[in-house]
Amino acid sequence: MREVGVVAFAQSDCLAANRGDDMADILAPVIAEAVASLGIERSDIDFFCSGSHDFHEGRTFAYIESLDSVGAWPPISESHVEMDAAWAVNEAWSWLQLGEGDVALVYGIGRGSLATDPDQVSHTLLDPYYLAPLHPHRHAIAGLQAQALLAAGVTTEAALAQVVARSLAAALGNPHAQRSGSHAVHDLLAQPYVASPLRAHDAAPLGDAAAVLVLAAGDRARELAARAGRRPAWIRAMDHRMATHYPGSRDLTRLETVEVAAQRATRMAGFAPADVDVAELHTEYSHAEPMLVQALGLPVGTTLNPSGGPLAGNPTTATGLIRLGEAADRIADGSARRALAHATSGPALQHNMVSLLEGEE
Amino acid sequence: MSTSLTAPYTTAFDFERTVGPRIGVFLAGLRERRLLGVRGSRGRVLCPVAEFDPVTAEATGDYVELDPVGTVTAWTWVDPRPADPLDSPFAWALVRIDGADDSFFHRVDTGGDPSLLSSGLRVRVRWAAETVGSIEDIVCFEPVTDDEPSGSAPSGSAP
Repeated sequence: MREVGVVAFAQSDCLAANRGDDMADILAPVIAEAVASLGIERSDIDFFCSGSHDFHEGRTFAYIESLDSVGAWPPISESHVEMDAAWAVNEAWSWLQLGEGDVALVYGIGRGSLATDPDQVSHTLLDPYYLAPLHPHRHAIAGLQAQALLAAGVTTEAALAQVVARSLAAALGNPHAQRSGSHAVHDLLAQPYVASPLRAHDAAPLGDAAAVLVLAAGDRARELAARAGRRPAWIRAMDHRMATHYPGSRDLTRLETVEVAAQRATRMAGFAPADVDVAELHTEYSHAEPMLVQALGLPVGTTLNPSGGPLAGNPTTATGLIRLGEAADRIADGSARRALAHATSGPALQHNMVSLLEGEE
Repeated sequence: MSTSLTAPYTTAFDFERTVGPRIGVFLAGLRERRLLGVRGSRGRVLCPVAEFDPVTAEATGDYVELDPVGTVTAWTWVDPRPADPLDSPFAWALVRIDGADDSFFHRVDTGGDPSLLSSGLRVRVRWAAETVGSIEDIVCFEPVTDDEPSGSAPSGSAP
């Protein structure tokens, strides 16, 4: 395997709604910041890869607008995934592993705020025969999963409130966070349910932001990271697994896909999730954290979502990418030697990716 | 700060959708107010009918006629929204149909009373007044009352 690592990461502030900028305007300064930090031109980038959803834009090929901030002339090598841009990182990482080039830029642009009623959009992402026609409540499948976890004794409502309180307190130190604050658990538990046992704060807030990550290979990565005054965060392993989509077809209390992806990533990296200092987890709901901790085998003492995680900011389809960027930044700033980044896609954590990152010895 | 141009839009899928051969049989069964399951790998019975076994990805096999009765295995309580067919708060739930090995995702109506819901609650299908061959031919599930007889179809018989 080639050594491939993160050499730059930039993100815009997570806003509940950005009505002043279009997609290209949100993205352009973030790309400029990431590229400028490396002292290179956009023409020095061999591959561009992005992730976004048409659903929230309400039109096909919505992401084309974002290419205005990439500058696609003369023609560039470019690709896109119709899902969280964490999977665009996976594509770019694979592309670099194949020796197609040395530098790749990945971006995620999310504008979850565009829909006046997110409930009218969320069900269109589901199976068209058995689920979408019922237009379930936006949080229905997550609510079922949380209730099943409580019934199985995996977590409690108080523990979920503690996850929220810790995340929002951590987000006080994150200038990009959309939500942050000091909250007492008993105050959180006094809030009404939106889909029992979930309350509004148990769900990551939809919002608008962009994130950009630059990957580079081998000595080119060392050279670029040195220019940026940071350490490369080597991605030692990436693996993703998908379960069946129908929520009645699988045990919602167990994340077998995470277990398998973690085992495969461990073999590839030569170290396990239990060996990391920091884990950035794609928790679209508070109840995902205890499930992921269990499936990944993270010991007590692992720092979870020091950025505040998705409960503090959730720009649709950039959220998983931000987990990779935040994990890389913890290695770059020396607060972690090894880090894990998790990303998820689909209802009730259907599809999961585990990435293991490591700094230089 | 200026704001970008906006325009309203409505999401819709205004096209006929082709269903798979087995899902088609299942939906045609609903039109006749019959609930079918299908045999998956290792003899597991799947309801609703799947084209492929969710664990092994093998094509599913024979159909099994099931009583439209089952047990709630998980639920979440929500307020109704304008598009919902129920006016009072209800549950989204997983219901294990008697004789099936997986669970059915649908609404459960307890007349707006969340205290009636529990894991193990026995429920039966409430059919729509007019059935068209869609998952919406089932309006919801509702609690089985003690004095009503079980369904008429013998469990496990071929349709």
